[in-house]
Amino acid sequence: MSQLAKAQPGDDVIIEFCRAGYRLGGGATLLNNVNFSVRRGETLVLLGRSGAGKTTALRLINRLVDPSEGEVFVERRRTVDWDPIALRRHIGYVIQETGLFPHYTVEKNISLVPRLERWTDQQIRTRTQELLTLVGLDPAIFLKRYPHELSGGQRQRVGVARALAANPPILLMDEPFGALDPLTRAEIRAEFQTLQRQLGKAIVLVTHDTGEALLLGTRIALMEAGELKGLYSPQELLGSEEPVAAAYVDQLRALEKFDRGGGR
Amino acid sequence: MNQFLAQHGNEILEASLEHIWLVGATMLLAIAIGVPLGIVVARKPWLSKPVLGSANIAETIPSLALLGFLLPVPWLGARADRLTITALTLYALLPIIRNTAAGISGVDPAVREAARGMGMSGGQILLHVELPLSVSTILAGIRVATVLTVGIATIAAAVGAGGLGEFIFRGLAMVNDQLILAGAIPAALLALGADFLLGIMERVLRPVAPQHKPAQ
Repeated sequence: MSQLAKAQPGDDVIIEFCRAGYRLGGGATLLNNVNFSVRRGETLVLLGRSGAGKTTALRLINRLVDPSEGEVFVERRRTVDWDPIALRRHIGYVIQETGLFPHYTVEKNISLVPRLERWTDQQIRTRTQELLTLVGLDPAIFLKRYPHELSGGQRQRVGVARALAANPPILLMDEPFGALDPLTRAEIRAEFQTLQRQLGKAIVLVTHDTGEALLLGTRIALMEAGELKGLYSPQELLGSEEPVAAAYVDQLRALEKFDRGGGR
Repeated sequence: MNQFLAQHGNEILEASLEHIWLVGATMLLAIAIGVPLGIVVARKPWLSKPVLGSANIAETIPSLALLGFLLPVPWLGARADRLTITALTLYALLPIIRNTAAGISGVDPAVREAARGMGMSGGQILLHVELPLSVSTILAGIRVATVLTVGIATIAAAVGAGGLGEFIFRGLAMVNDQLILAGAIPAALLALGADFLLGIMERVLRPVAPQHKPAQ
């Protein structure tokens, strides 16, 4: 594992996994002895195949599941010591299918957490307009629309805006661009890079797409079969002569071509 | 015909009101019990067999027999309308429980995951996400149950709880078709009217977005 890619200990470490593991009730191990940390302002990409434990790792951070072994820290506090509701309101969450509420307009979708947090109407109105503009949608057109009146790319943008609503310091993204067509995906990725720089949040992004990992990650965590195989910067991953990483990159590239051919 | 109406009009009106009271009270009770039970069943799938199974069994007992079974029960048997409303409620439960459970389990898992991930509590998810998204399915169950109840409530006359069944039983005893129709036609109209009104409610309360997953 490269020394360069290891996060330096310091106050800006915002998420930390310490020998974290997760086991299902039946005994199947989804995640085993995972160690990494994420600093403010960086994007850690969890890269791996389906079933590698990426999503499980993500769900450990916002306490949708609790670790069966080891610990996960958010802002130096163990997740199990956080009130789950408070923790989740502190963390933006974007999932592939976006999970937008079909019975709410874009405005109500985005303003949900601020409303739960009892912001004033004025604050909410300002914030939703600001967020829509940030993700590149015209508030005048989109505020009153329902999710089914949006394209896939627009829904994804609203999903990101909603996750950012209460200005959380952490953003978790589970294959956020997976369901988009290649052109839209490229476009949104490019915009996301700009957004990353503007926001300065700690972002953990899950993907099975090596290209996406290289493009968006400050660091890349390779995962396989519930284990962390290594942490790399994009350059390190590309140039890595470590057989595991090199083989993995090749393998994932082959898989990626296959994926493209098979749709999704 | 006119003569018959002039003679029995008031009686028919009164019986219809009794009928509406029996059905209304039954539906309120059945909704108050059925919707929460449906929610519980959706949350704990292992409860689905025993709960839906019991409701199913209640459904298979012939209505006259059910009234007979309940008659000796101390508090229930003391008043005819109490007895009838209990029996009718048992019949009305199944469609309400089943549809509530189906509606809530049918909510897109991605939506529920997002709601949880955003820090909504279980109660908030139920109130703001699950119930609004399944309201038309639940109302469809209530609609079926209401129509069913209007029909079965005619049996109530057998235990003296009144309602439009009075005419039907009297007509049967006197072999008088006119009397039977005086009970049957208003009952049918009531069922149609309830169906129509609940159908409108179903449409008005349906969440704006279609429930199907939009094409990606």
